[in-house]
Amino acid sequence: MKHTISVTVENRPGVLSRVVGLFSGRGFNIESLSVGETIDPEISRITIVTRGDDRIIEQVTKQLRKLVDVIKVTDLTDLNFVDRELILIKISATEKTKAEILRINDIFRGKIVDVSPASYTFEITGDESKIQAFIRLVKPFGVKEIARTGKVAVSREL
Amino acid sequence: MQMTGAQILVQSLKDEGVDIMFGYPGGVLLDFYDALFNSGIRHILPKHEQAAAHAADGYARSSGRVGVCIATSGPGATNLVTGVATAYMDSVPLVVLTGQVATHMIGGDAFQEADIIGITRPVTKHSYLVMKTEDIARIVQEAFHIASTGRPGPVLVDLPKDVLAGKAKYHRPKSVNIRGYKPKVEGHLGQIRRVINEIKKARKAVIYAGGGVILSDASGELLKLAEFNQIPVTNTLLGLGSFPADHPLFLGMLGMHGTYRANMTIHESDLILAIGARFDDRVTGNIAKFAPNARIVHIDIDPSAISKNIVVHVPVVGDVKGVLKELNSLLKREEPVWGEIREKWLAQVRQWSEERPLSYDRDSHQIKPQHVIERLSELAPDDAIIATEVGQNQMWTAQFYKFNRPRTLLSSGGLGTMGYGFPAAMGAQFANPGRLVVDIAGDASIQMNIQELATIAQHNLPVKILILNNCFLGMVRQWQELFYDARYSSTCLASNPDFVKIAEAYGVKGIRVEEKKDVDAALTEMIKHDGPVVLEVMVDREEGVYPMVPAGAASSDMIFGPKRKEEKKLKAVK
Repeated sequence: MKHTISVTVENRPGVLSRVVGLFSGRGFNIESLSVGETIDPEISRITIVTRGDDRIIEQVTKQLRKLVDVIKVTDLTDLNFVDRELILIKISATEKTKAEILRINDIFRGKIVDVSPASYTFEITGDESKIQAFIRLVKPFGVKEIARTGKVAVSREL
Repeated sequence: MQMTGAQILVQSLKDEGVDIMFGYPGGVLLDFYDALFNSGIRHILPKHEQAAAHAADGYARSSGRVGVCIATSGPGATNLVTGVATAYMDSVPLVVLTGQVATHMIGGDAFQEADIIGITRPVTKHSYLVMKTEDIARIVQEAFHIASTGRPGPVLVDLPKDVLAGKAKYHRPKSVNIRGYKPKVEGHLGQIRRVINEIKKARKAVIYAGGGVILSDASGELLKLAEFNQIPVTNTLLGLGSFPADHPLFLGMLGMHGTYRANMTIHESDLILAIGARFDDRVTGNIAKFAPNARIVHIDIDPSAISKNIVVHVPVVGDVKGVLKELNSLLKREEPVWGEIREKWLAQVRQWSEERPLSYDRDSHQIKPQHVIERLSELAPDDAIIATEVGQNQMWTAQFYKFNRPRTLLSSGGLGTMGYGFPAAMGAQFANPGRLVVDIAGDASIQMNIQELATIAQHNLPVKILILNNCFLGMVRQWQELFYDARYSSTCLASNPDFVKIAEAYGVKGIRVEEKKDVDAALTEMIKHDGPVVLEVMVDREEGVYPMVPAGAASSDMIFGPKRKEEKKLKAVK
């Protein structure tokens, strides 16, 4: 089962490698990872998406809590939460395909961030299903490059 | 007043109460060693950095204090790694100091540079790369706090040359406050009540006590719990000494080379009280077949130890001593009917003891290694500290030496480090100058840190080294005998040195015994001698450690020797 784990940590060198090391040292794969400062610049939030059965995830969260630089670990999967990912995607475009590509982008409320004679680069934000649907639709035109932020997530208040 | 980083480091160590440390100097540590000179902290120079880490470990395990070691950058630091990993696996509080190249050179492949923080990340409880001189005092204080609280472990502090040379004011914070590190010490009262209900319901209870009881200094509480409820006690390797070996409720060690009665008692029990233990694979055997009818209570300070290997029914997270105290005081209010309820169970346990006691061929004309350990156990005082290496010497010691007091066995249980015992014994002897300290070694493992003979000779440190010489890598040979048709691939030590001459070359007394009749006299001579001794005993070469639970078998599925019928059956299992 897929889990989204939110970890707040001390914003210091080496902390990310400790967190990631817990996964690699046990042979677990991280599907996505994003890191950034919180409102307090001394604290960072790491959002990790990983897969595993309940016992593995329980063990991982306990190990994370043991790290001295880890302040709080929340498995958002058990809670009501929202998650988003941002992608930058460069798509080949010809005179014939341009209109269709732009129409798809409109439907997904993407932003055009760069244009060249032979390509468009879009910025798309959304949850996993939206991102995947967009990629599936534009793939036939030729995806030249894609960069993804990895998921960020927060729990819902209500 | 401005002080150099090196002076601040020395002052910080003094403020933590450090009176002795083990280390090896080098280029980037020159400032530190200069500040250490005449500082009042005793510094022991082993002949290899690995021994510095193990000596600090032996000091810590035998005394309960934090052990301190130091090595220079690069190879000095990497040589510590095995010792750090050994301490990490067995939850030993160490502060490990390493020199580092100057901050502006880090990452540039400088001479004697190694990313020791990166290398040791999976085997330290925490680590620090100190980037500013003014941080040294706080970081050293935090390192001692983290190493010694919660589940103890090694903390590494990496100190670049310019940070040690730089200047700052010495400021030691009044207290340690780390927001991500607040170990839970007190057990949850509701959970403790649930444990009492489990004990009340149980008819076939057993206590499985590990190294956590010793780390928590909870032997007295364990004894009370066992006696009041008449529950038999088995120990893990690291738990030995937490419960008196000569107590009628004691079952001996459990697991791969555990006693028949301990493994049968665990297997047939309906309640296991696991205390400061972690269900290691050497204890459980095939986890799917482990104690099939038992409810499991697990008391441990480390939440991640709970339900890691085995599903626990009643977890209690907290310091073992506090939890057992609470448990004992609540139990006192209960009706003391335990004895009668347990009598049938205890009778069964006694029957297992009689069926298959630990044994070996006592009539053999050869010297059996078990005989040597039994005799040492008889002749040594009760407070003697025994270190072991790893392999057969370690398992025979666990089986045949009677550990009646905590902190008297020093052994690498988790990592299984050959070469651990001798330097650990050295560290223990520094911590306990008046006591007998013996390293029980094999002829292979003693050679992994034999250079420390120079260190004990230098300090006339009365460590005794008892080498059970079978001219084999004995434990590996035993597995080859059982599971690989006795094809002794790379396990025969045909070119062993003359250990007596080696000892003498270092200025240490050497004794060799080749006849069974001479064993007692030699052991006595070793114990009585006022100084270090190497006693080499030529033992039966192909003696094995039994009983044995082969890898993958249930813990009740033991074999008792190489020539029994069970062997064939279990070969098929492999």
